[in-house]
Formats: sequence, structure tokens, C-alpha cells
Amino acid sequence: MALVLNEEQRLLQDTARDFLTSNAPVEALRMLRDNNDAVGYSGQLWQQMADMGWASIILPEAYGGLDFGFVGLGVILEESGRTLTASPLFASAVVGASALLLGGSEAHKQTLLPAIASGKLTLALALEESHHHRPTHIATTAEKQGDSFLLNGRKRFVLDGHSADKLIVVARSSGAESDNQGLSLFLVDRTTSGVTCQRTVLMDSRNASNIQFENVVVPATDLLGDADEGWKILEPLLDRGRVAIAAEMMGYSLEAFDRTVAYLKEREQFGALIGSFQALQHRKAHMQSELELCRSVLLQALSAVDDSPEDLPMLASLAKTKLNELVKLVTNEAVQMHGGIGVTDELEIGFFLKRARVAIQIFGDTGYHKDRYATLCGY
Amino acid sequence: MEDLEQFRLDVREWLEANCPESQRQPMTPEEQYWGGRRGEFPSEDARRWFERMRDKGWTAPEWPTEYGGGGLTALEGRVLKEEMKRIHARTPLYGIGIWMLGPAVLEYGNKEQKEQHIRAIVNGETRWAQGYSEPGAGSDLASLQCKAEDKGDHFLVNGSKIWTTAADRCDWIFCLVRTNPNVKKQEGISFLLIDMDDPGVSTTPIALISGESEFCQTFFDDVKVPKENLVAELNKGWSVAKALLVHERKLMAEMGSDSPRHILVPNMAAHEYLEFENGKIVDARLRSDLVDYDMQMQAVALTHFRTFEEKSAGIRSAAPMVMKYVGTEAEKTKSELLLAIMGSRGLGWEGDEFNAQEIDTVRLWAMSKAMTIAGGSSEIQLNLIAKNVLELPQS
Repeated sequence: MALVLNEEQRLLQDTARDFLTSNAPVEALRMLRDNNDAVGYSGQLWQQMADMGWASIILPEAYGGLDFGFVGLGVILEESGRTLTASPLFASAVVGASALLLGGSEAHKQTLLPAIASGKLTLALALEESHHHRPTHIATTAEKQGDSFLLNGRKRFVLDGHSADKLIVVARSSGAESDNQGLSLFLVDRTTSGVTCQRTVLMDSRNASNIQFENVVVPATDLLGDADEGWKILEPLLDRGRVAIAAEMMGYSLEAFDRTVAYLKEREQFGALIGSFQALQHRKAHMQSELELCRSVLLQALSAVDDSPEDLPMLASLAKTKLNELVKLVTNEAVQMHGGIGVTDELEIGFFLKRARVAIQIFGDTGYHKDRYATLCGY
Repeated sequence: MEDLEQFRLDVREWLEANCPESQRQPMTPEEQYWGGRRGEFPSEDARRWFERMRDKGWTAPEWPTEYGGGGLTALEGRVLKEEMKRIHARTPLYGIGIWMLGPAVLEYGNKEQKEQHIRAIVNGETRWAQGYSEPGAGSDLASLQCKAEDKGDHFLVNGSKIWTTAADRCDWIFCLVRTNPNVKKQEGISFLLIDMDDPGVSTTPIALISGESEFCQTFFDDVKVPKENLVAELNKGWSVAKALLVHERKLMAEMGSDSPRHILVPNMAAHEYLEFENGKIVDARLRSDLVDYDMQMQAVALTHFRTFEEKSAGIRSAAPMVMKYVGTEAEKTKSELLLAIMGSRGLGWEGDEFNAQEIDTVRLWAMSKAMTIAGGSSEIQLNLIAKNVLELPQS
């Protein structure tokens, strides 16, 4: 466990910041939005990121990875959060790759992981079915038919679903609708017959889709892990995703916070810099305190993925909750403290505000994780 | 690192052999030993335990051995703390001398002052009080008026100090005094050591909402203080005070995790006082408040670890600057939460209808209100973060 970054991680942070601020600033997201970009991210940028090893940062060296662990990953995600960089980093290189690491057969790993690492292959997790995160409430069915499974159901809020090459589909192969037993995970090509993908336009100008599965035939070899035992993969997979998105949310929070501090030092009203007003100072100082707490929680949660997976469920829920609350507070205050200009589209603060709301819903909102944490604490 | 592991084994063995069984139990505030001329040991075992620790210099483990300290490095000091905690060994000697005056004299005092005061603190011979606040100088500490006039071979001190902890049982008091009224307020303050037995020093306890009177007001009426009792240069006392305040805030931030009382933890209190159904607290609001508190405390604890790791790695961050604020606010939240969980059983003040734990919890709730006021209020902490971390313009 380490609550400070090592030399290597600090170097990575500098590199990431330099690269992202010059190649993928918030302005790039605005252009994707204004051009109604069909993919929702720049393929060329993603290739550059992959060339620097970012798509393989958590992968073992045996599969073409850098093996930098989650703390290293967290550094990259945080920096890409600062610039609101749209890329398949989270959906594919973190969630997709983790699914294969946790549940894939050796053949899957050998063929797919190096492809992810090189940036040629992207994955997406098709999990949610209702408008709230309820990972065991799965109605999508997987019926066994000889050597195959037949998938039927409808998924929503599939991040990068419309652009991913392959989908990881969570389906029910047995059990009642809210059981964690009886789930199975399948690897399905997005272009398979019976798969219909409808991109949704969300407030954050990023990518999510609703996907329909109608009599989709999946060979049994594309099952991840054992049939009916999908929860054993899904739960740690979601926890990794929660910690990773929390790292990205730390980036949104820091950037929105820093930009607001800078504004308080330049905006004058009543003949004084508004940053000299105690009504604003105390709110900023309180946020600084929460930022410090979140920094510790995040580092501990990231290093738990690498070093102490038994602590991960609690730490992942802690990190997601704290970062949900932080990013909501910081982005709301950023808009408020910027005043009138804060609600204009011209100012980039609005992009942080909107992206934060989407991130808060990813893999469990605040209520979901408080309930889970309370249950883990025994009450 | 290997040496540190060996040190840990040695410490463990020594503690095992030397810490009496009775000194490995949780203690009440009455069982703490604070030393000084009026200090009394609560038991023979407490005396034995204190003397053994004193002889190792482990009443002040990280102070230099030439003045009686233990001479341990920060890492060794931490190991000792951990090993003591492991067997629940009691702290053998408490005191503002150990926490605050000692570090100040070691950093700013001259050789004679170190020789006179440091060993006496390590040996538990003198108990110190702190004289900072005044009736008219609370959050605005630098406006203090208690004055020390230069009378050639001595200072003549007149004024009063408030919130002087347990001053009625202390031997010495360190004071911030006004030595120059004609300059910017921070630049006319000096740091003076005063023997409380000197003629003209008197002390009155102050009754608090918690029912306790641990704080006092101390009066100085034409008190003659020898010149050699000035620590650091004349009119440079504010720098010493600021350094000590950082120290005090760190202690206050950690106080919750090192409370000597046997008090309730909210999670355990919930199991004792609340209705459960299917493993969940029925009262959704209290369940939600409890999880907020538990999460906040875990975050605070992790941040304490982080500040330690950063210090060891020589990395500076803003984390230490926020700990007093978040730590004491969390303590206050905890007390409110405990009362809410206990319902009308969290209202008892005295008598046999309530158990000791319940009454202690109520008293601590009242005491917790002082945590966010003493040592620089939460509002002052936020001012400091705004100024020193965020570097926001000052009005």
C-alpha cells in the first residue's frame, strides 16, 4: 500500500498532462460535439494514446502490457479527466480488459489482450437495464441451445456501446430476476446478427448507447468464466471500474476547482478581487479539505486493486461515494462562483458540470454505494 | 528497514517484560498521570510503569538523550507507538510540556533553558500550562494585551490569560506577552516562561457546559520574571507561537483516534440502541447518517496515514493543513450521531439510571463543542487554508 506516488508514477503524470493538454484539451470535446462526430472520439488520438502504452497500462507484460498497475492507471485517468478527453480508455482499456483478465480463457487473453493493447480492438460492457445501477437485476436471458447460447434482452447506458468492436453482455442463464446467482457474461461482436445499437445523446457529449439483443447466437466458447457464475467476475470487475472512474472524477474536480480559484483571483467586484471575500474563501477551503480526503481514499482504493483485493469492495464504494459527492459539490460551486459567465456554453466549466453528472451514474450513484458500504459494515 | 524490524522485536520484548498487566487496560481520565509537583500516581503499578518508561527516555521518545529523551528517530517513534497500541499499553505521562513546550524549547530555546526545562519534563517533575488566549483575544490571538515591561534585570508582567488548561495543577506556564505596543501587533509579542509559584500569579477554574472545569483563567499582577526566561529573541514570540499552533492542531486532529476514554463507537452503539430488520437499521435517516460518518472517518484516517507517508518521503502537500478542521468537525459529528442513536438514553447527566458509558458519551458530546473552537476555530482554519493553500487575496 502506498499513499504517495513513486518516481515512475510522477513521471507518467507529467507525460500524460503534457500530452493531453496539447493534444486533447476540452476544446477537442467541444469540436466532437459541434461536428456531431459519428464515433464520439478521435481514432487518431486513441492510436497515439495506445502507442504510448496507455491502452495496456494494467495488462501483464505477457499480453503486451506495461503492467503499471491501477495506481499508474489512476494517474492517466485523472489527467484525462482534467481535459475531459473522450476516448475508449475507461470502457475498453479498463473495464473491457479487466473483464478478460478476470474471466477470459487463455485463448481470449492471448488473442484479445494484445489487440486491446495496440488500440486495434475496443470493448464495451452491456450491463444496465433500468435507469439505476442494479447489477443483479438482469432480465436479459441466455438460453443454452447445444453448443451455443441464445441472448434476448435490452441494455441501456452502454458506455462506448455504438463504437466498440465487441460487447461484454451480462445475461441471466438461471435464477430469479434479482439473484446474483445465475448470471453469465458473454463476449459478443457488435455486428452479430440480432444486435441493434442505438446511440443516445447525453448531456456530456460523450458516448453511450441502448442496445437490443434479439435471438443473438453466441458460441459457448465466448462465455467469460463459468455459466451462472458471472457475479464472481462482475463484482470485482465493477469495483475496478468504480475506482477507475473515481480517478477520472478526481481529474474533473481538480480542474474545475483550479479554474475557479484562478477566477477568484482575477474577477473584481465592489472594487476588490472576489477571492478576498470570506463568503467564498470558506467554501473553497472546505472543498480543499474534501479534495484532500478524496485524494487519500482514491490512492488507497487504486492500490487495493493491485495489492489487497479483499479490501476492494469497501474501498471501491467509499471512493465512488466520496468522489460522487466531491465532483457534484465542486462543479456546482464552480458554476456559481463564476457567476453569469458560468452558465454560458462559451465557458468550459459547463462541460465539467455535465460530464460529472454522467460519471456520478456510472456503476452506482451515491445512494447505491452508501447502502452497499453500510451493508458491508454490518448495518 | 531490517534494523527497524529488529528494533520492533526489541521493543515488543521490552514492553512485554516491563509493562504491568494493569497498565494494559483502557483508562479513565482520572487514571492519567500528568506529573508535576502536585501530580499523584493513581496506583503503584502506574508509578512503576512510568518510572521504567522514564528511565528509557520513552516518556518523550524522540527527544535527544542528552536531555533525558529517548533519542529515537521518527520511524522508531512510530514503531514504539504501534507496539504500545498493540498491547494497549497506557501512555505513562501526559502533558502540555511533552506535547508543546518541550518541542518549542528544543527548537527555539538556548542551552540553559534546555537544561533547566527539558529533563524536568521528561522526568515528569514539572507540569506546564499554556498562556495564549485572553478574554479579549480569542480567534484574534495576535491582539493580546497581557504585557511584560522591561525593568532592567527582569520583566514586569501584568494581565490575564484564559483557557489555561488545568493551570490550578501546573507548575509553570508559557505565555505570549506584549513587549512592544507600538508596532504591527504580531511584531510586538514575546514568548515567556513563568514560574506559577512566583508572587502575583493566581488561577481560577472555569465551569464548562460539560460539567468539568479543566480550563482556568490565570492572572498576573506585577509578576517579576527573570530575563533568562525569554525564549527566542525579544518580539519574536509570534513565530514560536505559530510553530506550536501547528503542533497543537495536529494533536487535536488526532485526538479522536487516541481518546483515553472507553467511549462508544457509533457502529457499535447502533447495534446496542437501534432496531434492526434483516441486518439493516430500520431508521433510514440514522442509517444514512451513520454511513456518512463511517465513510468520513475512514477518509480522515487514510489521510492521516498519507500525511505520515508524505513526511517520510519528503513530499509536501496541503493535507496537514486541513486535518485540524476535518478531524475536529468529524469528532463533533460523531458525538451528535451517538446522541441521536441513543435517544433519551443519550440525555442522562448523572445518577444510577444511566450507565457510565451513557453518561460519558453525553459529557463528551458537550466537550466536543470545544474541539472546533480551541487551537484555532474551524473558521480560522478555513481562513488559513484560503490564505496559505489556495493563496486567495486577503482583504
